Order: sequence, then structure tokens, then C-alpha cells
Amino acid sequence: MTSRAAFVLRRVLLTLPVLWVMSVFVFLIIRLVPGDPVRTMLGFRATAANVAEVRRRLHLDEPLLQQYVRWVGDLLHGDLGQDLVSRAPLSEQLAQRLPVTLELTTLSMTLAVLVGVPLGVRAAVGGRWTRRLTDGFVVLGISVPDFWLGIMLVLLFAGTLTVLPPSGYLPFTTDPVQNLRYMTLPVLTLATAETAYLLRTTRGAMESVLQRPYVTYLRAKGLSPRRIVAGHALKNAAPTVVTVIGIQVGVLLGGAIVVEQLFALPGVGRMIVTAINQRNYPTVQAGVLVIAAMFVLVSLVTDLVVGWLDPRVSDGAGA
Amino acid sequence: MSTVERTATGARPRPRTTPDVGAALLAVLVLAALAAPLLAPHDPEAVQSARVLGSPSASYPFGSDVLGRDVLSRVLYALRVSLTVAVSAVGVATLVAVPLGLLAGYAGGWVDSLISRPLDMLLVLPALLLAISLIAILGPGSVVAALAIAVIYLPILARVMRSSTLVVTRNEYVVVARARGAGHLRVMARHVLPNAIGPVAVQASVLTGFALQLEAALSFLGLGTQPPTPSLGGMLADGRDVLTQAPWVEVFPGLAIAVAVIAFTLLGDGLRRSLDPTGVAS
Repeated sequence: MTSRAAFVLRRVLLTLPVLWVMSVFVFLIIRLVPGDPVRTMLGFRATAANVAEVRRRLHLDEPLLQQYVRWVGDLLHGDLGQDLVSRAPLSEQLAQRLPVTLELTTLSMTLAVLVGVPLGVRAAVGGRWTRRLTDGFVVLGISVPDFWLGIMLVLLFAGTLTVLPPSGYLPFTTDPVQNLRYMTLPVLTLATAETAYLLRTTRGAMESVLQRPYVTYLRAKGLSPRRIVAGHALKNAAPTVVTVIGIQVGVLLGGAIVVEQLFALPGVGRMIVTAINQRNYPTVQAGVLVIAAMFVLVSLVTDLVVGWLDPRVSDGAGA
Repeated sequence: MSTVERTATGARPRPRTTPDVGAALLAVLVLAALAAPLLAPHDPEAVQSARVLGSPSASYPFGSDVLGRDVLSRVLYALRVSLTVAVSAVGVATLVAVPLGLLAGYAGGWVDSLISRPLDMLLVLPALLLAISLIAILGPGSVVAALAIAVIYLPILARVMRSSTLVVTRNEYVVVARARGAGHLRVMARHVLPNAIGPVAVQASVLTGFALQLEAALSFLGLGTQPPTPSLGGMLADGRDVLTQAPWVEVFPGLAIAVAVIAFTLLGDGLRRSLDPTGVAS
């Protein structure tokens, strides 16, 4: 087996313990609730018979290990359980809500990459004023809370200019234009801080690459700054930037919970928040599980891409 | 981190002005929060039907909210709650993380694995998702929010302390101290800790700003500080529906959060230049 294939295999196998820890954590959410979780869920007006019935339905009356095995088995069959309130299968609910969250996060990250990375490259080779401007943008972008930025965007674009809807959602398949109009403000809200992070990361990575001796050599050879950046430096700064993008997807998935709430988008994040307030634990579990699994998957893909971009990582020399 | 930041002798050039700006901003915010009972022109929880969504005026500089409560007074009191939650969350996380990171970095080997691997597991979930899951278990409230924030920052701070310890432990004075017969505990406490703590202070300062933002986000979702206690995030959630009629209800609490986060970020940048010139914290 080549060292690259071994790297991919090793990295894929490494996600197994991570998935296991994640599954145990999500499994325990309902079971760690202080006191009687079923009582907490149903409220104090529920009868003892009711409580017993729900406890049996959720299999909370069985030994813990048996519960876990049953729960994981159901998961592997795509059965995420039932909503406590509507009794509808959670897999159906997630099938409706996941595309909303995916669209929001994918568009936001794409926008952040398309703006932040080129600006970061530009800032790394720019003069004092470029640096000052980007410094200012980075501090503001990172410090201004995203949900407040969102509120201010609503005030401007939906309140004063009335060019975009303040909140709401239509599926892309129903009406693509309306869908994108609804998504514009949420995406801008979520993408701004990301853009600032990616700008800072790209600038830092480019600056450190541009200080290396081989760049001095290329300059001495008479290569134009443009060719040095595009043909050489960018390739060597890429692994750092990709690693940070992977980490930031986690931040984005968290931010999506807040942004979905702010713009009334029917995504997984909003589902989790509503379910927490209703003490609808099975739904909380399903939502947390799906978002966490997405994060694990993105981390895996990121590491594989970094290994492909930087052979030192996949050959084990860089480890 | 550019190489200009340290001269060959190890002496540092005069720090730039940002730490002073950060520290000054923060001092103003903390004083305003502490003196809230003196500064607040009105009772933050007093409901006045005659003042519903009143626009800013001389006696109500930030206007009043849906229930006619004074927004300025509420922002001042909310700042107290937010700063308390943020500082105590990061404080608790630091108190736990420093000994753990110190021990992991100093001892290495299986002790390191025993401490670091479980902490790494906390990074498996996205931060806000972990905080929300903990709140789902323990129920909403500002104490639980602080605890949840502490849990998500614990692995980050422990990791910084560990890396910093690894660097310091290689220094000759540590080897000399051991050779002169000092015990491990003494070496850790007297020689390693004071020299390794700098990057942790930097990271803690930056994280306090983010903790404030997180607390506001959780309260905005209704999972943090519960009404009637004013909280910056809660105020933003309350004013969402009257945004276009009464923007002042939303503008001022948000500005307070942004300014506080900027203050902590600038303070962290300033501390980084003096306490962590090699950039261990980042």
C-alpha cells in the first residue's frame, strides 16, 4: 500500500472513535437531565400512566447499555426516533430541514472564501494603507456579533430600502428567485465574520510563505511579484487556509442556529432551539446528532484535502 | 507575527497604542457596569405604559422599549450580567485549564495522554452546539450558560497552557533547577508556571470577548439569562418585532456587545505583544 493510501485509510479510521464519542454524548443528552426527564418533558400535570407510557415508548425503562445498543441500531437503519409532540418520524422532519441549513452554510462559506481569500492575498502584498484597512475590517468583522449585524442589515435592506424581505423562506425548488432573495440577508449575516477570519488567515499564511528563502531566490531570478504569488506562494499557503476553512465550518454551523432563529428559516438549528424550549428531547438529540455528524464529515474531508495539497502531511513526514 | 517584534537582545520595542485603547475601553465599560445603580437614570425593570417605544430624548437618551422600560438603564444593568457571565466562565475555564495543561506539558507521556485525549473529545462538537446541548440537559439560565461556555473554552485554554509549558520546560533554568535538587512540584510552580502563563492570559482575554458574544447569542435564543433580568441578547430578541418602528431598542444593546468584544480583542492584541511575542496562544 502506498503511503498516501495508508494516510487516507488511517484518517478515515480515526473518525470512528470520534463518531463513537459523539454518539455516546448525544445518547446521554436525554438521560443526563436532572431528576426524571420524562416528568420534565411532559410537565407536572401529566398523569403517572402518561409518564410510564412515554418512558416505555422511549425505552427509558430498559438497562442503559441495552438502550444504547437499540438506539445505535435504529440510527444505522436511518431511524432517528419520533418527535415527542407530533409523533412524526424525525428522519422526515430532518429531510425537510437539512437542505435549508445546508444551503445557508454552503452559500455563506462560498461567499466568505470568494471574498476573504483574494482580499487576504491582496493584503499580504499590499502597502501600509491596505494593511490598516484590512486590520480594521478584521477587528470589526470578528467583534460585531453576527445576529446584531443581521438585525442592522434587516433595518437597512428590509426596513429603510425595502428591497429584501426581513425574514421567511421558500424552497429553492418552488421558486429559485424568491429563495435567493430570502437567503441574501442570512447569508450576508453569517458570511461577514467568516470573511474576516479567512482574510486574516490567508494574509498570515501568505506573509509567512513570502518570507521564505525560495521566494527571495525567485525574486532574485527576476520573476514578477504576480507570478511569485500566483505560481508559487499561493500553493504553499493553501494547506493552512484549507485547514482553517474546515475548522470554521464548525463555527458556521453554530452560527446558523442563531441566524435561522433571527430570520425564521426552517432549518435544523431552529428545530433544536424550539425543541429545547418545549423539552422535546428526542428532537434535540436528532438535530444535534445531524449537525455534529456534518461537522465530523467536513473535518475528514478537510484533512484529506490538506493531505492531497501538502504531500508532507500524507507521507507522514510533516506529522 | 512578524519578526520585527523582537530585537536580537530579546528586548521589546515600545508597544503600540492598541493595548491602551483596549484597556481604556474596557475600564470605561467595567466602571459603567459597576456603577449601574448610580448611573442608570431609571429603574431597568419599571414598566411604563405611557413610554411604550418612546424615541430617544433628554431623560431617555437611548429611548424606551416595548414595555416602556428605559433602554439606557437596561443596557447598563445587562452589561453587568454579561460581563459577570463572560468573566466567570473564562475564569473557571482558566482555573481548571492551567493546572491540567501544566501537568500535561510538564509530565508528558501517559499523563499527557490521560489529560489531553478526553479534552480533545470536547472539541468534537461545534462550540455553540456543545453549549446548547449542555443547556438542553441542565435547563436555561445564566449560571448554566456560564458553565457551558467554560466547558467549551476549557480544552482551548488547556491546549495553550500545554504548548507553552512544552516550550518553557526545555529552557536551561528548568534543567538547572532540577539538577539543584528542586522537586517537580516546586519546579512547576516556581519556574515553569510564571514563564508559561503569558500566552494563556492572552488567549483568556480574547476568549472573554467571545464569551460575552456567546452569552448574548444564548440569551438571544432564550437559553441564557432569563427575563425579567435584563440581558443584552435578550433585549435584542425582545426588540426584533418592533425593529423598524423603534430601531433604538436594537441598536444600543448591540453596540454595547460590539464595543465590549472589540475592547477584549484589542486588550488581547496588546497583551500578545508583551506576554506572548512568539505567538504560542495563536
